[in-house]
Order: sequence, then C-alpha cells, then structure tokens
Amino acid sequence: MVTSLFLSLLLLSVGAYYLGRKRAFTVANGHIRNLHSLPSFYGSYTALWCLLPALSIFALWVTFQQGFIIDLVVAGMPPELRNLPPDQLNLVVNDLKNLVSGNFVSSAPDPAMLAAADHYRHLRTLGHTALWVTVLSLGILGVVHAWRAISPNLRARNRVEQVVNVFLIASSTIAIFTTLGIVLSVVFESIIFFQKVPISEFLFGLQWSPQTALRADQTGSSGAFGSVPLFAGTLLISGIAMVIAVPIGLMSALFLSEYATPKFRAVAKPALEVLAGIPTVVYGFFAALTVAPFIREIGTSMGLHVASESALAAGLVMGIMIIPFVSSLSDDVINAVPQSMRDGSYALGATKSETIKRVLLPAALPGIVGSILLAVSRAIGETMIVVMAAGLSANLTANPLEAVTTVTVQIVTLLTGDQEFDSPKTLAAFALGLMLFVVTLILNIIALQVVRKYREQYE
Amino acid sequence: MSTTIIEVKASLDHNLANPETRQSALSSAQITDYDHRQTVGKITVDNPKMICRNVNVYYAEKQAIKHVSLDIGANEVIAFIGPSGCGKSTVLRCLNRMNDTIPICRVTGEIRLESEDIYDKKIDVVQLRARVGMVFQKPNPFPKSIYENVAYGPRIHGMVNGKAEMDELVRASLERAGLLKEVDKRMNEPGTSLSGGQQQRLCIARAIAVNPEVILMDEPCSALDPIATAKIEELIDELRENYTIVIVTHSMQQAARVSQRTAYFHLGDLIEIGETDQIFTNPRHKLTEDYITGRFG
Repeated sequence: MVTSLFLSLLLLSVGAYYLGRKRAFTVANGHIRNLHSLPSFYGSYTALWCLLPALSIFALWVTFQQGFIIDLVVAGMPPELRNLPPDQLNLVVNDLKNLVSGNFVSSAPDPAMLAAADHYRHLRTLGHTALWVTVLSLGILGVVHAWRAISPNLRARNRVEQVVNVFLIASSTIAIFTTLGIVLSVVFESIIFFQKVPISEFLFGLQWSPQTALRADQTGSSGAFGSVPLFAGTLLISGIAMVIAVPIGLMSALFLSEYATPKFRAVAKPALEVLAGIPTVVYGFFAALTVAPFIREIGTSMGLHVASESALAAGLVMGIMIIPFVSSLSDDVINAVPQSMRDGSYALGATKSETIKRVLLPAALPGIVGSILLAVSRAIGETMIVVMAAGLSANLTANPLEAVTTVTVQIVTLLTGDQEFDSPKTLAAFALGLMLFVVTLILNIIALQVVRKYREQYE
Repeated sequence: MSTTIIEVKASLDHNLANPETRQSALSSAQITDYDHRQTVGKITVDNPKMICRNVNVYYAEKQAIKHVSLDIGANEVIAFIGPSGCGKSTVLRCLNRMNDTIPICRVTGEIRLESEDIYDKKIDVVQLRARVGMVFQKPNPFPKSIYENVAYGPRIHGMVNGKAEMDELVRASLERAGLLKEVDKRMNEPGTSLSGGQQQRLCIARAIAVNPEVILMDEPCSALDPIATAKIEELIDELRENYTIVIVTHSMQQAARVSQRTAYFHLGDLIEIGETDQIFTNPRHKLTEDYITGRFG
C-alpha cells in the first residue's frame, strides 16, 4: 500500500525529470548556450520539486496517521469505554488493533469493540485514500511549479547543488548522531547502575562477583562490583598482545619499506593484511583449541602450573591478530618520510641501518606511536578471542599463566541470555561499556593527535 | 699525471645506425653541431682530485650519460651547467655513488678519487660518501636539533672522543658554514625551525663536519631567495680553500660568480669544458653559445 504509493511517486519524479529537461530546451529555443545551466539540471530541479514536498508530507503522514486515527476511534467509542483510566484504555486500544489486524484478542469481542473496529477500518481506508490524493497532487503541483519557474535565467544548477549539499550534511551527521545515541543510552543505564552501586566501589573495588539474589529467599551473594580485576585482566592481555605485535609489526614494517624489493613487497604486504581479515571467532578457537593446550603442555613439562585458559594464550593470539595494524600503518608512515631524509643521511656516509635507527625512526616516531595506540584500543575492545580463550574467573593477578577475565568478556556474559533490566548485575554491563568506551576514546584521541602532529611536520 | 688533451670520441656511428635516433636528430634544430659531439676544451687539469673517464649512465635501457670524461681539480670550484634533463645532476650523483640507491641505475666507465677507482668492488661506499659529501637542492635537515644535525656524521663515523670534542667540532663546522653566530643560542632547537637559507647552510655545516675532501652541491640555491643565495655563494668561495667543490646550477650568473671551471652538458653529452671566464665570454661550441646567450634551456 505505502510501497506502491512510494513507487508511483518515484515514477512521477522520473517523468518530471524528462519534462523539466524538455521544458528547458523549449525555453532556450533549442540552443543550450542560452540557458544558465545544462538541461539535465533543469530536469533534476523539476524532479526535486516533485519529490521533496510530497515525500516530507508522506513521511509526516505515515508517522502520525495511526495515533490520529486511534484518537478519533476512541472519541467515537461509548463513554463507558472512553472514560476508562489510561492504562486500561491502553489495553482496549491494543485489543482493538489486534481485532483489526485479525490477531487473537484477549476476550470475546463485544459489540462496542466490533463497532470501534469497523470505525477504525473505515478511517484507515479513508486515510490511505487521502494520503494517495495528497501526495500525488503535491508531486504534480511541484512539477507544475517547477515547469513555470524554468526560464533561461533560472539558476537550476546552483539550486540542485544546494539540495545535494543538504543531503551530504545529513549523511555526515547520521554517524555523529548514532555515536551520540549510543553514548547516551549507555550513560543513562550507567546512571541507574550507579544509583544502586556506589561509583567508588565500581572504580576501586577489588572484587568482581556480579551474582545477586533475585528474591529474598534465594541463596546467592549480594554481588560485588569492583571493576579493578576486569581492567587488570584487560591490561594484562592487551599488554601481552602488544609485546608480541609491536616488535614483530614494527620490524616487518621496516623490512617491507626499506629492505624488501618492490616485487616481494607487492606480495608480502597484502599477505600480511590477510591476518587482519581473519574473523576473530576463528582466532578465538585457534587460541582456545591450539595455542592454549600447547602452552599448557610446555608449562607442565617445565613444572609450572598453567591454567587451561590462560591470559598468555589469549594475549599471544591477539598479538598476532593486531600485527597488521601496527605493520601496515607504520609502513605507511615510514614510507611518508621524505626520500631527501634518506639521501641526506646516505650522503654523510651512513649505512642503511644507521639511517633507519637515527633518522627514519625518529622522524616517523609520532606516526608509529599513533599506530600503536590505535592497535592498543583495538586490543582492549577485542572480545571474541578472550571470550573463548581467557576464561571467566575475575582473578586479580599479574601471572600470565592464570586465567583472567576482561571487561568485554564480562559484558558478554552479563548480557547473554534472558535478563532483567533493573538488577545491578545487568546494568553493570552498561557501566563497564561506558568505562571501556571512555578509555578507548581517550586512546584514539591521543593517537589521532599524535598522527596529526606528525603530518604537520612535513606538509 | 698526463696533461695532454684527451679527445673523447662520441659514439655517433652507433647513433646513426639507429634510424629512430637519426630521425629525431634530423628534426632537431641543432643537427649541424650535433654531429660533432666530442667534448670541446681541455678536460684535464694539473692537480686532479677526481678523474672521470668514459662514464656512461643508464636508467634501465635508457642511456642518460654518454661517454663523459673530465677532471675535477683539487681546491677548485667546478660548475656543471646545462638545460634541464641534460644529465648534470646524474654525473654529480655518480661522484659519490648516490646513484646506487636507484635500483635501475647502471654506471660504466671509470671514476677515480685521487688514485682509487670508486666503483671498484673493494671500495666501501659508506667510506666514500664520508670523503665526498653532498648538499641537496632542497634543504633537508633531519628532524633533530641543530646540534644533532651537525653531530650526526661525526657520531656515526666515531670521529670524536667525548662531549667536549664534539661540541668543538659542531661549533667549528657551524662557524665555517657561517651559521654559528645565528644559532649559537639555539643549538637545541629543531633544525627545521630555521629559515630556508639557514637550513641550507646547516646542511653544508653537516657535510663539512665529517671533513670530506670533495663537496657536491646539487643546485644548492634554487630554493632560496637572493640574499640567502649570496650568502651561500660567499661561503662556497671560502670553502674552496679546504675543499674541492662541484656545483650543479641553473643560474649562469651563479656559475660565473663562484666557479673557476665550467662544464656544459647537453642531452647526456659533455659538450664543452674550460675556464669559466672563457666559457662565458668566448664559448667555442655553438650549443654552449646558444645556451649561455639564452637561446634555449
């Protein structure tokens, strides 16, 4: 119903485009040079006049139609229904909607309800007809307006570009508003959480045990929401990952940018970037099923106690995963160091490795630091590998051979399955998410600042 | 060392055998003079620092330099002039093997520094570049402090013992480059904070610091304003006392002002070489005359 109206409107606008174009030719007496803009702009101008007003009315109508009709139906109901308290009235309206759409209703429909349903259907049909008429006539009116406005002096090109401009602005703000929406939703839930659990306990508590008793007679702990063990676990695993990723990534970047032949580079660089394309789930079971038992075996043979899910296994695999982040970005910044720097160093009798150590790395350092910080925020936010390989026990330990848990893992466990959204246990996930968001945001801002500073140096 | 004039035969036969080359040569206005591409003038000097004989440079298959032979005298300033793309910078970069950094570049012939063949396999190119320093077209100070820029070379070559000696060497090099007075109080500021002319003098100080025998300058003033240019030219004249200087320049006035000998290159050939005064007042080759009178280039 709504779709077919939309399609008709689109069809109309296509027609409007050709009409506008033809009109432009006519007013120009067949010579395009008499026109301010190219004929296609007059076509687009007409099409936009056809589409935009009609579409906005269309959108408004679709948004408000149902509420309006229900108000009318309620107004037409017998007084004993109409004067019910709001929550009961709500139930009646729901029944009514179900009745209209042919779903099951809560009780056998009484005549008043049936009459209301008929009223509703009648109004809805009327509404749809009115919508068709309004939208299509608005579209035609728009075309007529544009048709009459078209003259050789009409600046159709500028008008069309203004509209395009508005579209571009709207598109770019969607991402911003989405971020804002996410932040706000997390913040509101967190505020509720902090009303139940003091913020100081959350930030500085050393105990994480989110199980709470739902009923008074239930056995269960009262819950402890100290996030320190989680952040410590996150830090430990990210630290291990960076110990792997930074040296390997940096050295492969140096090799690729300074030593490798172009042929080798053309093969090796994409191959390295394939690592970034492997789904993290695959990394996860690689860590859990291959790396973790391997580490455990080695550890046991050396007489060490290794947990079957260790921070080391998760950290190692995560390190491998973020190698391409470090290497690819570092490779780019090292390549961006001007050739004249290398020439200057070689001309003083420096060898390649002296040039790299003393000129290239210092010059590229800000960019490299930026790439590392981006990799760190990636490591902190990584979920799948740690869910599968790091375990769930919130140990506060610096021993990489023990099982630890991370912020992301806890969020996942808190929010999977059926949840009641008023217990601190569930709300804690939002507080954790907020903290994680703030941490990675700060890291990203620092990284971008550092990278920007580096760019200014050579441009 | 022999002082006879060495005539260098241009390999014209080979060119005429190739119809494509001949056709493009025929369409060129300079065809009449182009037939004799031996170098005009005396290529040798009494006390040569560097000797180039029959040097050819190829970029992949394309020959960029054809049979160039010339001497570079000790403690002289020799200027390489010629239109863009004539190969003067390429010859310059052969003299300290900077062309090695370009994978497709191939050099044949003989280039000697004093008596050593610098393209010999036994030569350590890193040591060679410490003896033959280079200053580039665009000032390229490292993103380090002024002090560290100058200390860079001595440090990697282990030329000094201790901080005091290094301080002394850095100050002496800056002094010789005529920059000490301007930067004395700001040694720890980044080299990039200086003006263009100061940066170029910093690059010269950096080159001097490793105590080279020859300094190659690739259009050192082309990115500078006239005042900074005048300062560098003055500096070049002073440096001649201790160093041999080869300068590539697009400015004929500059060549006339700073050099004792001038070499004119054209499309990969060394056309004419001689005393700077003679080249600019009384060129013997038609192409040289056309170039210095501004008929092309």
